[in-house]
Amino acid sequence: MKGNEAIAEAAIRANCKHFFGYPITPQTEISAYMAKRMPRIGGVFLQAESEVAAINMVYGAAGAGVRVMTSSSSPGISLKAEGISYIAGADLPCVIVNIVRGGPGLGGIQPAQSDYFQAVKGAGHGDYKMIVLAPSSVQEVVDCTFDAFDLADKYRVPVMILGDGMLGQMMEPVVFPEKSPKCEQKDWATCGTKNKRKPNIINSLYIEPQDLERLIIARQQRYNAIAEKEVRFEKENIEDADIVLVAYGTTARIVKAAYEKARKNGIKAGIIRPITLWPFPEKIIAETAQRAKAIVCVEMSMGQMVEDVRLATGGACPVGFYGRAGGMVPEPEAIYDVIRRYV
Amino acid sequence: MTREILIAGFGGQGILFGGKALAYLGMVNNLEVSWLPSYGPEMRGGTANCHVIISDKPIGSPIVVSPTDLIVMNLPSFEKFKKNVAKGGNIFADSSLIDKVWSRKGINKYDIPATQMASEMGNSKLANMILLGKMLSTMDSVFMETIKKALEMSIPPSKMHLLDINLKAIEAGFNYN
Repeated sequence: MKGNEAIAEAAIRANCKHFFGYPITPQTEISAYMAKRMPRIGGVFLQAESEVAAINMVYGAAGAGVRVMTSSSSPGISLKAEGISYIAGADLPCVIVNIVRGGPGLGGIQPAQSDYFQAVKGAGHGDYKMIVLAPSSVQEVVDCTFDAFDLADKYRVPVMILGDGMLGQMMEPVVFPEKSPKCEQKDWATCGTKNKRKPNIINSLYIEPQDLERLIIARQQRYNAIAEKEVRFEKENIEDADIVLVAYGTTARIVKAAYEKARKNGIKAGIIRPITLWPFPEKIIAETAQRAKAIVCVEMSMGQMVEDVRLATGGACPVGFYGRAGGMVPEPEAIYDVIRRYV
Repeated sequence: MTREILIAGFGGQGILFGGKALAYLGMVNNLEVSWLPSYGPEMRGGTANCHVIISDKPIGSPIVVSPTDLIVMNLPSFEKFKKNVAKGGNIFADSSLIDKVWSRKGINKYDIPATQMASEMGNSKLANMILLGKMLSTMDSVFMETIKKALEMSIPPSKMHLLDINLKAIEAGFNYN
């Protein structure tokens, strides 16, 4: 199954019954799959007139308490940024997929990771955070999609699945987990009072500064809880490693090929692969920085995650960087050469 | 066992479909597989290629940098990728479209007039299957035995009436000397 199709199928199995999107390469298969499947399961598929419209439809559906998703690629996510900020400001759960392509501007259509800042630092305005999951295989795409809906509902936050064109287009076998989605009762949702309760109000406008501050602080506490409990990463052989590579998504798989070659040639290399980009696995990187001779970050960008890696190390060890951009994909051989430079 | 396969040619030659059939072939034999297409403005006429990995170990990078097997169906792709083929690897070239004499020590090059053979079978679009058949002749016999099942999984229902002719093309390639 293609990565894009796997996201769509997993979302449906996670009880997502509403999808609003607008086509853009390289993620259009998600929309196409939803268009085919949603009517058959009594769900809603709607191709909006623009990305801005689509994200605001998500805002509305999330307010009504249903599981809802939208997907796009880089330029489209920029357009959605305003809506994402509103959704965060109204404390609503939803899932947003970004299958990243080269930027800025219309950029290109080949895979990139240059939307890291946009995803983890906030594309929209205001003090808000979004959980960002970065799968590296089609199977993990499925697992992350299930998790994304659960996390969104649990913390009432937007959750982003950050892939790249390669992950969206590639096909690998997948197994869908036999689990019934956790669908919590949403007593805050605006889905009709039936004259039995006071109306719920969903809003992101608070004119009184003390009210707004109270809300922001309460939200921050939720973010702190997420940062404490929901960090996910994978590590390999970092305990004795002289050089530790940090990479996420499909890049991590390419890095792994270089890592295996290094190990074979007697270089003590290790890998840390962040799965959540926010919350960022800073603790393990801080610990690793105490032991390793160097950390090297590899990305399909000119260096974005590397800033978070440097922050996490607190200067305890040198942090190097290797990146390709614009849709170019790093080759294992080039990464191996970088590794050799540090040992 | 790991076969890193690169299939390259023009869009419209069934490059992606050939890869898909190979990926399913790995899957029906309980192997790890990955299938990565080139995508973008490349359909029909432009260059197209696809990376397939079949392995008994988990697959790291899905990108094929130095293929063990190159199935190549036009001259530009042949010129571009021939130097990347791994030592001891195979090139399956459609000699109807690639009229270059080329050889290198340690590389097995199979020249099959696939497009011509396919035309004689009544459908020039079967050239991809003929080359795939030749590749199967270099693999464990279990793959040829299970190719029908893989094709049944990779041919969309609306095209299933073409299953038999595809199988025939694979056999023709398999038996070509």
